[in-house]
Amino acid sequence: MKRSLMARLWPNATALVLFVVFAFPVYWMFATSLKPAGDIIADDPVFLPTDITFDHFQKALDADHFWTLVGNSLTVTVLAVVFSLVIALLASFALARMRFKGRRGFILTFMIAQMAPWEVMVIAIYIIVRDADLLNSLVPLTVFYMIMVLPFTVLTLRGYVAAVPKELEESAMVDGCTRRQAFVKVILPLLAPGLMATSLFGFITAWNEFPLVLILNKDAEKQTLPLWLSSFQTTFGDDWGATMAAASLFAVPILVLFVFLQRKAVSGLTSGAVKG
Amino acid sequence: MSVQTERTDTGTAAAPGVRKTDVTPPGDTGPARRRGGASAPYLLLLPALLATVILLGWPLVKNGVLSFQNLNPRQLILHLTEWRGFDNYTDVLSGSDFWKVVQRTVVFTAVNVALIMLLGTLVGLLLARLGKRMRLLLMLGLVLAWAMPVIAATTVYQWLFAQRFGVVNWLLAKAGWTSMADYNWFGTQLSTFSVITLLIVWQSIPFVAINLYAATTTIPKELYEAASIDGAGTWKSFTHVTFPFMRPFLWATTFLEVIWVFKAFPQIFAMNRGGPDRLTETLPIYAFVEGPGNQHYGMGAAISFLTILILLGLTAYYLRTVLKQEEDEL
Repeated sequence: MKRSLMARLWPNATALVLFVVFAFPVYWMFATSLKPAGDIIADDPVFLPTDITFDHFQKALDADHFWTLVGNSLTVTVLAVVFSLVIALLASFALARMRFKGRRGFILTFMIAQMAPWEVMVIAIYIIVRDADLLNSLVPLTVFYMIMVLPFTVLTLRGYVAAVPKELEESAMVDGCTRRQAFVKVILPLLAPGLMATSLFGFITAWNEFPLVLILNKDAEKQTLPLWLSSFQTTFGDDWGATMAAASLFAVPILVLFVFLQRKAVSGLTSGAVKG
Repeated sequence: MSVQTERTDTGTAAAPGVRKTDVTPPGDTGPARRRGGASAPYLLLLPALLATVILLGWPLVKNGVLSFQNLNPRQLILHLTEWRGFDNYTDVLSGSDFWKVVQRTVVFTAVNVALIMLLGTLVGLLLARLGKRMRLLLMLGLVLAWAMPVIAATTVYQWLFAQRFGVVNWLLAKAGWTSMADYNWFGTQLSTFSVITLLIVWQSIPFVAINLYAATTTIPKELYEAASIDGAGTWKSFTHVTFPFMRPFLWATTFLEVIWVFKAFPQIFAMNRGGPDRLTETLPIYAFVEGPGNQHYGMGAAISFLTILILLGLTAYYLRTVLKQEEDEL
């Protein structure tokens, strides 16, 4: 009896500790951003903010160019994800549904491309972009973020396309659809969760990108949020309230998107297929 | 969640455990090919392929070309092309800095990946053992850490480990280690690396743990029943059932993590700019600081070319396995 109680207690206790370990930094970011300055620099940390203030958020929002940079980040990220999704959809359909010479070579190309060390190629990219006279522009960022996201999107979508039962498509074709119609009317709706999941990961990659924008866009109005956040911290130094508020503003869209889309993506291919 | 993460992994790692869905059953090509025409797959692939080859190939080639040039601020501003032959490479390879950085990068990668895989696996196995509610709670914590944007997470860690008013120092002092009350974590190489490692491991465990848990749910229950009939305990059933089943997944994930940790840039750069005294520069940071930072662009290009070679060397085994798997598939 005692043993079985212990056997149940241990995993649960460990899980609780782990939950705290993983969630605490995120909690601490929000908690700090809401505390009055006096509570932030208290000798004993205030773990539960009772005196809530939005001053730090105000400060972050009032920082130079904040809304311009939000616009930049959104533009670059959304465009990159949409472009890569469209291109990848075509490619993944070919890879998942058709057999042809060189298929393995194509898959390998995308697998290798997925590991591309963008972080160390910044010098070459800088020179290319400079020679094209496109420094401090959102165009190269969009283009390169698209290609950073693309291989992953192709390979992941390939899995989702392959998981849609072939019979659905065939029966649509028996009913008189062309292959393209069958794809648009039958497969595409079933791919919705897959498209959401892949775009979520693509979105995160592009939203987070740091080294490239760091070297390409020195012009403060043409930067993106990761760069803003890292320089915000330098500018505001020890003002941890403002810094954490800035970090929160940057993190919230991703946290919300992740929790929200994660659920949507679960709704599952098979259940969708049955309904379809 | 499991479905989604598992699929993600199909794409990322081609983990054989979940790869089965990708296999196109033989004999399905006839009508499809006739309808679509033989060139259809190539046309569908063309945009993706062109984008990849041009946008990835061009910087790679450019990087190679630059690495043979004498490219400093003067040449950069005046758009001069001065060739240096292999001098950039001899300079880099004969200096002691480069080898120190290589060694540091390899050790850093090894430590991080080992911790990520070990702890990630343990957390994944724990997820499989938990009841529904506790699992959901732990999952929530993991997802929060996973979803944190890297720069935001780095900033939060700087705050957690801040010398004054950082909650970690307070905790350590409260726990009786009073000398830690005002400890400067970013003052030495080891302590800076400790914070960076903690950050990377914290953010990487969720990927391994959640995917591993998802994969364990696909292990047929009968295998465990058979094992327990044969008298296997927890450990035995792990080594004889779970582990063999997970091996391909663990392999693929390990190599992915090697690549990711090796390439880690924002965490190290934003944490302390590679300091103190350039002692936490790993290869990508070193290439950046030497290139754009100190404006030795040709030199930086040579370093980044060597970095790519080392990365290829580290992952060659994985690439070979992937190649073989794809071969088996067809």
